[in-house]
Amino acid sequence: MSTFLSNLISGVSLGSVYAIIALGYTMVYGIAKMLNFAHGDVIMIGAYMCFVMMFNLNTPAFVGVLIAMAVCTLLGITIERLAYKPLRQATSLSVLITAIGMSYFLQNLAQLIWGANPKSFKSVIPSGGLSLMGGSLKISYVTIVTIIASVLIMVVLTLFVNHTKMGKAMRCVSEDRGAAELMGVNVDLTITVTFAIGSALAAIAAVLMCSAYPTLKPTTGSMPGIKAFTAAVFGGIGSIPGAMLGGILLGVIEILGKAYVSSELGDAFVFAVLILVLLVKPTGLLGKKIHEKV
Amino acid sequence: MKKVISVVMVAMMAICMLAGCGKSKDAGAIKVGSIGPTTGDYAQYGLAVENAMKMAADEINALGGLQFEVLGEDDQGDPTMAVNAYNREMEKGMQALLGTVTSGACAAVAAEAYKERVFLLTPSASNPAVNEGKDNVYQVCFTDPNQGASAALTIKNLGLGTKIAIIWNNAQDYSTSIYQSFTAKAAEIGLDVVVKDATFSDDSNADFSVQLQKAADAGADLVFLPIYYTPVAAIMQQAKAAGYNFKFFGVDGMDGLLAIDGFDTSLAEGSYMLTPFDANKTDSKTTAFVSNYKAKFGDVPNQFAADAYDAMYIFYAACQDLGITAETSAKDVCEKMIPWMQKYTYTGLTGDNMVWGADGCVSKAATAYVIRNGQYASVQ
Repeated sequence: MSTFLSNLISGVSLGSVYAIIALGYTMVYGIAKMLNFAHGDVIMIGAYMCFVMMFNLNTPAFVGVLIAMAVCTLLGITIERLAYKPLRQATSLSVLITAIGMSYFLQNLAQLIWGANPKSFKSVIPSGGLSLMGGSLKISYVTIVTIIASVLIMVVLTLFVNHTKMGKAMRCVSEDRGAAELMGVNVDLTITVTFAIGSALAAIAAVLMCSAYPTLKPTTGSMPGIKAFTAAVFGGIGSIPGAMLGGILLGVIEILGKAYVSSELGDAFVFAVLILVLLVKPTGLLGKKIHEKV
Repeated sequence: MKKVISVVMVAMMAICMLAGCGKSKDAGAIKVGSIGPTTGDYAQYGLAVENAMKMAADEINALGGLQFEVLGEDDQGDPTMAVNAYNREMEKGMQALLGTVTSGACAAVAAEAYKERVFLLTPSASNPAVNEGKDNVYQVCFTDPNQGASAALTIKNLGLGTKIAIIWNNAQDYSTSIYQSFTAKAAEIGLDVVVKDATFSDDSNADFSVQLQKAADAGADLVFLPIYYTPVAAIMQQAKAAGYNFKFFGVDGMDGLLAIDGFDTSLAEGSYMLTPFDANKTDSKTTAFVSNYKAKFGDVPNQFAADAYDAMYIFYAACQDLGITAETSAKDVCEKMIPWMQKYTYTGLTGDNMVWGADGCVSKAATAYVIRNGQYASVQ
């Protein structure tokens, strides 16, 4: 029983990391209607920035996090302006391929700058955790902070999208880009702001992910990025609470599958979930049903 | 207009043809191939090999005698890409291949090299499939069975553990074959292996909570890690975070762990490992190699770099002995090298008095180290 509970907690820890990454994915997809496959690599860059600030320049952790957020925001805006904006009228497949190209570009850029040797990230959150059930179970502070951060981000994002002028513009662009433009919404600016927010979230995700799983390499972002994408689809892509729910559930499924079926099939379970969701309920757990306009 | 375009295109074609010539201006250099993952998940190993090999070639070229040109190609550790890289290097006139870095890719390339009679000396591909049944494929590193068996014997002789859990990557030839030879030897000498199914399938795997939980549930006191150092670092960090108190035992792939930027070396304190190379050794060869490598590339070299450096010097010695020049064909190099390797004795960074059998395997001592105060120390 205690083994099961401790596996469950590991699952929630892993899931909270997926959730916080999935929030960025789903935000960009919901508004710009594009899958930003470079999101995982923006996370990697954010983690490197925080590492450089803390380890090479010895700044306090919060300065590292702020710098990482600033750099990621700038990076997100630059990527959007240089790579995606010229493709605004192109088919979604072209945009997708560009995003994958951007992902490889960022990985190799990071390898050029920081080398291929892994770095070990120093947790920004004190190590240790809460002991439950007389010490037989332990839930680490990183996990608690990650969950709190995901919930906070989820709430703030929902409020922002529903109750601000920019949020309204975002919903308009999401619903019908052409009509929004005719109504005087600045579509380019709206999409750029979306990317800026998504990338700032990536930096927060980076710091929390690397605090929990400290190995940092140029390819660190790619696998969690793809799994977080799966989580976003699972929860209903475009839905902000869905990303959170999908992320946590996916982490639990992965860990329980590894523990009780076969430890080498962890990734297989994750992607089996993706296939199942797409077959059975393509809109995901909390996604809205979309009526194709004919 | 059409005329202008066609003239421009003809001019461009002519330039392209000239560009092809430009590359082989160093006609006097012996061309050696290097293939390894210089991008992607295994880049730290591939870059270490390519860097060290180029560094060795530069040193040799500076002596003014025989000149070498290292042809470097990226294979991302993938067998198909490795064979393509091999073909590209053959087109560039490669005379011998000092690669590839990873076992799976090397086995695929070795099959081609065997057919085409190209001599292959791999710095680091340790799987037996690499040189099995091929008379022209040699290894600088230990073979995996050799390592697995020595690891089991070391644990038994030093009394390091009674209940052993193994965490291994079953999608990797290197890890799988050490695992197999370790469990076979353990059964033979009566070591109790309590967890065998704590596997994972990808070195970029970040979460090892399930594997560690399995080891803890089975009451293991020693965890054997026949894997590379990146997952080893993650395992040690998570074991500490979860409050487990295992002793760890690694193999040569673990070398490089202590040099990870930001790694808390106290996590590795008291861990054991087998490795042929110690960057902190104080002999003149090692200190010169380490300081030059650090000056050039900024990192402390790991065992992969040392193996590659040795491979280049072994080939250099062969070229001197056998009169190999830039004009010797790859086939002739191969037929000359095979008998020579079996008679040659080499002392380098990764071993003293290394000799090779007809099977291409090296025989050298596997040294066990224990990590104390963030450095390798002798187990005695």
